[in-house]
Amino acid sequence: MADAPSGRSLVVDAVTHRYPSGALAVENINLDIKGGEIIALLGPSGCGKTTLLRIIAGFIAQTQGRIIIGDDIVDALPPNRRAVGIVFQNYALFPHLSISENVAYGLAARGIDKATRQREAQRLLELVQLPTMAERLPRQLSGGQQQRVALARALAIKPSILLLDEPFAALDKNLRLDMQIEVKRLQRVSGITTLIVTHDQEEALSMADRVAVLSHGQLEQFGSPSDVYDRPQTLFVNTFVGSTNRMPGVVVSADRTAAKVRLDAGAEIIARPAGGALSEGGRVTVCIRPEHLQFVGDETGFAGVVGMSLPLGATVVHEVTTADGSGVKVSQARIGETRALTNGAAVRLAPLAPSLANAFPATL
Amino acid sequence: MGVAPAARDVTSYGMGLAAPLALFFLVFFVAPLLQLFWLSLHNDTAGLHWGLGQYLHFLTDPFSLGVLGSTLLLGAEVTAVCLVLGFPIAWLYQRVGPKLQTIIILIVLLPLLTSVVVRTFAWIVILGRQGIINATLQSLGIIDTPLKLLYTQFGVVIALAQVQMPLMTLPLITALGRIDPNLDDASCSLGAGSWRTFFRIVLPLSLPGIIAGCTLTYAAAITAFITQSLVGGGQMLFMPMYLYQQASTLQNWPFAAAISIIFLLAVLAVVSVFTTLGRMSRGYGGAG
Repeated sequence: MADAPSGRSLVVDAVTHRYPSGALAVENINLDIKGGEIIALLGPSGCGKTTLLRIIAGFIAQTQGRIIIGDDIVDALPPNRRAVGIVFQNYALFPHLSISENVAYGLAARGIDKATRQREAQRLLELVQLPTMAERLPRQLSGGQQQRVALARALAIKPSILLLDEPFAALDKNLRLDMQIEVKRLQRVSGITTLIVTHDQEEALSMADRVAVLSHGQLEQFGSPSDVYDRPQTLFVNTFVGSTNRMPGVVVSADRTAAKVRLDAGAEIIARPAGGALSEGGRVTVCIRPEHLQFVGDETGFAGVVGMSLPLGATVVHEVTTADGSGVKVSQARIGETRALTNGAAVRLAPLAPSLANAFPATL
Repeated sequence: MGVAPAARDVTSYGMGLAAPLALFFLVFFVAPLLQLFWLSLHNDTAGLHWGLGQYLHFLTDPFSLGVLGSTLLLGAEVTAVCLVLGFPIAWLYQRVGPKLQTIIILIVLLPLLTSVVVRTFAWIVILGRQGIINATLQSLGIIDTPLKLLYTQFGVVIALAQVQMPLMTLPLITALGRIDPNLDDASCSLGAGSWRTFFRIVLPLSLPGIIAGCTLTYAAAITAFITQSLVGGGQMLFMPMYLYQQASTLQNWPFAAAISIIFLLAVLAVVSVFTTLGRMSRGYGGAG
């Protein structure tokens, strides 16, 4: 623990990449990642996150921009000289080599002698808690074990950056949580700067120090998990991360910190202008998460009729139809005697706080 | 990768479905083969005396052993040429776009679409004294007198290599296609250069294809009667022609039968070496 190396920083500086066909894969991406951070690249498939990972690893030469690791601009370096460790989604273990040979592969490529290689491979296998598997072949291991080996193999070369491409996608749910904890533990021990590519928002929010949300090759937001979840900067981030109710409305009055919006569902509410300044009279989309809506007894808020109630254990989700005919979901914590809502009951709903309703200019 | 696909046990299929083919083989392959063996056990052409005399004759005759040796060597040379030339083509095939892939596969298959006789005559035109190669070299002033290309071991190897090339390239294309492209990237990201990646990852994982290709090419090359005789001419004698002379020209059927059996065993021995290697390489499971 004492000699835990501090990871090197990684700067993605105005990186743009075009496919040979001319289509944009990623456009003007800027990420400033401190040494030792865990970053998640989050986005739906086709958003350019894997392209960005391959650019950082050196498999793709970007059209524009620079990749800087530590103090070095690495754009001219081929992948085998970037010292970037990668864990592939399918692990990509060498099927004909033993576990120990797999882990030692990168050391052999560096011309390290056999005895040292084996010692180091054994040390890493102990680190990933597979000390007895050294002589097996990859196909004799379970998915989770193969992933540990892939991690050990990537860490063996003491990389300056560790890239994980959808690392947990192939694992079942229980194993996934174990491996997420394991990766976080290894990352703490090694202090290595880590980039996780994922389409799973829970994974991104739980594992990363900061999350970069990508959509259609654009960086939508780069911030802490709570920033991304509670203070989304774009409508895409608000809807992609977590679930949300989208309620159309018109701006009645607005300043920099608060906007009064008349919802199509009835009622005027105070919302946070999340995507920049709003103009009076403009159409907006207000996003309120199900857990940020509450039933109110007075005449504030908007009216609705309860449709279906789904008890999900710790919470109960109610589907409520508003006056303009759209449906909203309300999530209620199950504390003590939760008032049972019957199908067809008339209710009024309001956001818990103005800062929890985000207003974005409506896109056509 | 890594997880073996659940293969259905072959014995669970109705074996009766194989009966027509089995019967065909029995009547037209196994029975004549037994008859051939029977014939080879006669010491004289009239078929009056029994014994292993024909085998003894072959195995103590330096000329016959020389023909067998040069035939097996020819197979090895053709196989080596096909492997060295075929591997880059197969490798290229896996790294180009679908359009180029179609063109490559067409070029690879093209030899199969032409008759062996036509292809062999084409080689005679190319390799002959006044052939394309000699004419070109002479007109360029590189050589004064024509090179002897036709009726040489070199000529036979080149012609056979071209004729048998698809048998090598197709299994190689399949084997290389089964290698997970991520393995290349993984090797590279771990600091290995292209050569290390090739020798440590690509080559070992393509071994099943290499062995399949070598077996097919070898077996086809040493038995290629037409190409061997036409390009080799009268000066080069290989087992198929030797056999033909004994059977058709000299009417020495028992000796021809013994030659056949010995040749068959020699080929089987080489092929079984290949298949043993193949079984060992399957332990790699890379293609699985």
